[in-house]
Amino acid sequence: MEIWIKLWRIVTNSRLFWPLAALAVVLLFNFFYTKDFFVVEIKDGHFYGVLIDIVNRAAPLMLLAIGMTLVVATKGIDISVGSVIAISGAVAASLIGGNLEYVDGTQKLVTLVPMPVAIVAALAVTTLLGMWNGLLVARVGIQPIVATLILLVAGRGIAQLITQGQIITIYYTPFKFIGAGYLAGVPFTLFIVLLVFAVILYLLNKTALGLFIEAIGINSVASRFSGIHVSKYIFLAYAFSGFCAGVAGLIICSNVSSADGNNAGLFMELDAILAVALGGNSLDGGKFSLLGSVIGALVIQSITTSIYATGVPPEITLVVKAIVVICICLMQSTSFRTIIFARWGQKRGSVSESTTVKL
Amino acid sequence: MAETMLIAKGICKYFPGVKALTGVDFELKAGEIHCLMGENGAGKSTLIKVLTGVETLDGGEIFLEKRHIQPRSPQHAQQLGISTVYQEVNLCPNLSVAENIFIGREPRKIGRIDWKEINRRATALLIKMNLDIDVTQPLERYSVAIQQMVAIARALDISAKVLILDEPTSSLDAKEVEHLFSVIRKLKEHGMGILFVTHFIEQVYAVSDRITILRNGSLVGVYKTAELPRVQLIAKMLGRTFEEFNAGIKTKTQIAEVNEQECVFLQVRGLGSRGAIAPFDLTVQKGEILGLVGLLGSGRTETARMIFGLDKSDSGEIRIEGKRLKILSPANAIKQGLAFCPENRKTEGIIDNLSVRENIILALQAKLGWRKYIARKRQEEIADKYIALLSIKTSGKEQLVKNLSGGNQQKVILARWLITQPKLLILDEPTRGIDVGTKAEIQKLILQLAEEGMSVIFISSELDESIRCCDRLAVLRDRVKIAELAGEEIEEKVVMQTIAGV
Repeated sequence: MEIWIKLWRIVTNSRLFWPLAALAVVLLFNFFYTKDFFVVEIKDGHFYGVLIDIVNRAAPLMLLAIGMTLVVATKGIDISVGSVIAISGAVAASLIGGNLEYVDGTQKLVTLVPMPVAIVAALAVTTLLGMWNGLLVARVGIQPIVATLILLVAGRGIAQLITQGQIITIYYTPFKFIGAGYLAGVPFTLFIVLLVFAVILYLLNKTALGLFIEAIGINSVASRFSGIHVSKYIFLAYAFSGFCAGVAGLIICSNVSSADGNNAGLFMELDAILAVALGGNSLDGGKFSLLGSVIGALVIQSITTSIYATGVPPEITLVVKAIVVICICLMQSTSFRTIIFARWGQKRGSVSESTTVKL
Repeated sequence: MAETMLIAKGICKYFPGVKALTGVDFELKAGEIHCLMGENGAGKSTLIKVLTGVETLDGGEIFLEKRHIQPRSPQHAQQLGISTVYQEVNLCPNLSVAENIFIGREPRKIGRIDWKEINRRATALLIKMNLDIDVTQPLERYSVAIQQMVAIARALDISAKVLILDEPTSSLDAKEVEHLFSVIRKLKEHGMGILFVTHFIEQVYAVSDRITILRNGSLVGVYKTAELPRVQLIAKMLGRTFEEFNAGIKTKTQIAEVNEQECVFLQVRGLGSRGAIAPFDLTVQKGEILGLVGLLGSGRTETARMIFGLDKSDSGEIRIEGKRLKILSPANAIKQGLAFCPENRKTEGIIDNLSVRENIILALQAKLGWRKYIARKRQEEIADKYIALLSIKTSGKEQLVKNLSGGNQQKVILARWLITQPKLLILDEPTRGIDVGTKAEIQKLILQLAEEGMSVIFISSELDESIRCCDRLAVLRDRVKIAELAGEEIEEKVVMQTIAGV
C-alpha cells in the first residue's frame, strides 16, 4: 500500500503525467464513442486510420509548439506564427508557380525555380521574419506580445502582397509529397516533425543551450550578470520559432496544394500557445518540456478530430473545444486539484486530510 | 508583567530533506521588542513564514491573544493582526507611495477610489513616522530606506497587533536605522508586540527587550537582553565558544608598497559616466584587497558595475595587465578574468528555480560558451567539491537554490565565480543579511584568496568589515571618488572623517 502511494506520487509529480493523462482521457472517450477510432488498416501500402490522421494533421501544430516552447521558456511569446505560415506558403507557391505549358505537344508543368530552391527560400524568409521578431524583443526591448503583434497584423498583408491577392494553386505534383506523401507507409510529415524534434532535443541536452534558455527565463538579470549573452539567445529563440512556422507553412501549403494568404494558419498561434500550456509548461518562462508541448499539440488535434468524428454540428465545434480545453486546464492546475482533493479528503475523514496536508 | 500577545508552541516544519523547525516554542508579549537570532539556516525565516501563513505548519499551535489561530496566508495573518515587513521590500516600485500603502483596501467614495483621501491619509501616516515626502511620486524614486518605511507604514495601518520586521535594517545607513528605531520604540509604547530579526548585534542591544535564539531549527533559549553579554549571545548562536570564533579571522597583513608595473592587475583611468559616477582612477594590484567605502548611494556599486561592463561608460579607459581593452558586457569581463558578486542576491544573483548544481556551473558554462557543454558527471564533481569546500548547507546538489537560506545562496554565488578562476573578484556586499558565523567564513575565504594571488574589490556598508579585510580603501562620496587610504590610515576614525569630509 505504502509503495503504491509512493509510486503514485512519483508518477503524478512527473512533468509529463498531466499532459499524458489529458491525451489518455481524450483517447478513452473516443474508445467508447467513436466507431473504428483505433483501427489502423493498410491500404495501397500506407497506414490508414483516425490515429494516423490525427498525427498527420497535428504535424504543423507540433512544429509550431516546438518553436513556441523555446520562446515561452525565455519568458516571451510569439503570436506572429500564424501569419508567418501564410507567408511561407505564399513564398513557396509563388516561386514554384503554376504555369501549364505545351512542350513538344504534351501538357507539362513548368516551375519558375526548382522546388528545393523554393523551399529553402520560404524557410529563409520565415527565419528572417523570426529574426525580425527577435531583434525587436531582444535588442530594441519591445514587449514580446507587442513586438510579434506587428508581424501578426502585417504578415497577412505581406502574404497577400506576394500572391498578389490571389489564392495560388500549385499543380506541381512533387510538392504535394511534403504534406501528403508517405514514406515507408507513414505520413512524411511525421518524419519532418521527428527530425526537427530530434535535432533541437539534441542541441538542448547535449549543449548548454537548454540551461541558458531556462536560466534566462527564470531570471534574465542574474543570467546577464553570470556572463550569458541574454539577448543573443532570446534572438535565436524567435528566429527558430520563425523557422518552425516556415516548415509548418510548407506542410499546410503542400497539403492543400495552394497558398491562401488570408486563411492559411489562421489562429494557429493560439493553438500553439495552448499546446505549450497543455504540455505542462509555465507561460511565465523557465523550465520547459518540449515533449510536453508535442503531446499538447496531439491533445488539441485529437479533440478537433473527435469533435468531427462524433458528429458535433460544425457551428458549435469551437464551443465544445473550448469546454474540453477548460476541463483539461483545470485538471492540470495544482491549486484546483488541491481544492478538489481537500473536499474529497474531508468527506473521507480527518485522517486522510492530515496526510494530504503534509504532502 | 505585560500580557502575552503571541504564543507559538512546539512548531515543526519540514521541507524536502530538511527539518527546518523542530518543536520550537516562542512567546511575544505586548509592548515588547523581541529579537529572533540565529545563524543562516537556523530557522528564523521559516518561523516567520509559519507565523504569517506563508508556510503551513507541520506541527504545533499558534495562539494570538489566547485565541488559537491558523494563518492560511499573509493576507489572513494580516486580518488576524500579524503584519510583516520583509528583508527585501515587497512593494510595487512603479506605483505611488500612497497607492502602495492602500493597495487592495482603497478608501472609496460612491464606488470610486477616493484619491484625495488616500493621499491625505498616506501623508498623515508617514508624518507620524517623521517622514515628509510626496506620496504621489512612484515608490522607486525613493531610496530603499524610505521604501522600507513605507512598507512599515503599510503594515501599521492594517491594524497590526504584532509587527514582524525581517531584517529591515540590512540596507539602511546608521541615521536611517536610528529613525526606524525611534518609530518602533513608539509603537512599542502603544502596546504592540514587535518581533525583530537582524544580524546586527549592535542593533539587538540598542532596541530589544528579550532575545530568542535558534540553532539548526531548534530553540536554544530565551534571554533578557540586558542579562546576556554579547560574547554569550554569539557563542549561543554558533554553538561554540567565542574564543574559537574570534581566532578564525586573522589579522590583516600589511603588504609592502610595491608599485612595479607587473604587479598591477587592473588599471582604470578617467572612467566615468554622467549621472552615475564622476570620472575616477583606480588601480588594483595582484593579491590585493581594495575596499570601496562610502555611504549608501555614494557610487560604490556603480563603480563596480562599470568595471564589470554592466553599465556603459562615456569616458576613460581600462587596462588589464597592461593591455588596454574595452569591456562592453559581463561576458567580456569574465573572459578577462573578472567576476562580480552582485549586491542583490535574489534579483541579480541566484536563478531560483534551478538546482544548486546548475547555479554553480552557470558562469563557467557561460565563459565556455554553449557548445562546450560541461559533462554532467563533471558538473556533479564540481558541485560536490564546492558544496564541501564552502560548506554550503543543502540537502543535495539537485536541491533548488531557492530552498536554501540567504547565506547559503550567497555561498552558491561565490562558488559560481570561484570555479571560473577569476583574477579579480568584485564583491558587492557579500555579507549582507548573513549571520556572524558565515560572515567570518566568507571574510576568511576572501583573505585566503587574496593570499593566493587573486585581486579583490570589496564593497561593504559595514565599516569595520572593510577595515579588517582591506589593504587599501577608496573612499567615495556623492558619486565622486574623493580619496584613497592605505596602511596606517585604515583606521575607523580616519575613514569616517574622510567619508564625512571633515
